[in-house]
Amino acid sequence: MAQPERPLSPFLHYRWQYTNTLSILHRISGVLLSFCFFLLVYWLAAAAAGPDAYAGALRCFGSPLTQVVLLGGLLSFCYHLLNGVRHLFFDLGYGFELKTARKSGWAVAVAAVLLALIVWFVLDRHLGRVA
Amino acid sequence: MSLRSPLGRVLGLGSAKGGASHWYAQRVTAAALVLLGLWFVVSLASLPGASHASVVDWLRSPVSSVLAVLFVAVAAYHANLGLQVVVEDYVASKGTRLALLVACKFALVVAALIGVLAVLRIAFGVVA
Repeated sequence: MAQPERPLSPFLHYRWQYTNTLSILHRISGVLLSFCFFLLVYWLAAAAAGPDAYAGALRCFGSPLTQVVLLGGLLSFCYHLLNGVRHLFFDLGYGFELKTARKSGWAVAVAAVLLALIVWFVLDRHLGRVA
Repeated sequence: MSLRSPLGRVLGLGSAKGGASHWYAQRVTAAALVLLGLWFVVSLASLPGASHASVVDWLRSPVSSVLAVLFVAVAAYHANLGLQVVVEDYVASKGTRLALLVACKFALVVAALIGVLAVLRIAFGVVA
């Protein structure tokens, strides 16, 4: 039986653009940050438990695997923060024009990576010694 | 007069009329987290070091402890709102969806309480 021409679901024929990559990255970074929240709580709880527990937490944070997670967390933090502000402007009705939205998207992506690298460098130089 | 069909009403389909408050809470907590998140990173960067003493000193000051409690609580709330949207959008099976939603909520509430209690213990001088 011949199928009648039916409209396709949007995700079947929409062209992939970097603006929807930015959008899905906002969700992915948000989920990553939710996991990092547990690391923050671990750090605070270790500080409250005393110097020995805290030293253990610092060792854990210093391990290569956790460092990778922390770098990913920092990238997510910077991106989610900047793109979140971009979305708040959208919600207020600003920046919705295609040109502006594309420009702000690029700006947010580049600024997030730069900001993350700067913060990583500062924190590493600043806190690395004592840890 | 309701525009919903009787069958839809019985099945509990359609808007639960609670979407707007979820949407609004997500934005308000986002705005708060912009400030609290920036404060947190700047504070970390201005700690004299990562030692136990410097972290305890930092969280003993009233301003830091209040902001740290706020940061933990608001971040947990915002994470729950966000994870809820993600789970509802991508998990099709009703049972798995409910299990994940409840698991997220439980985990975040427990973690938030641990974090808040940790800050308060330091702020009240329980930690040496």
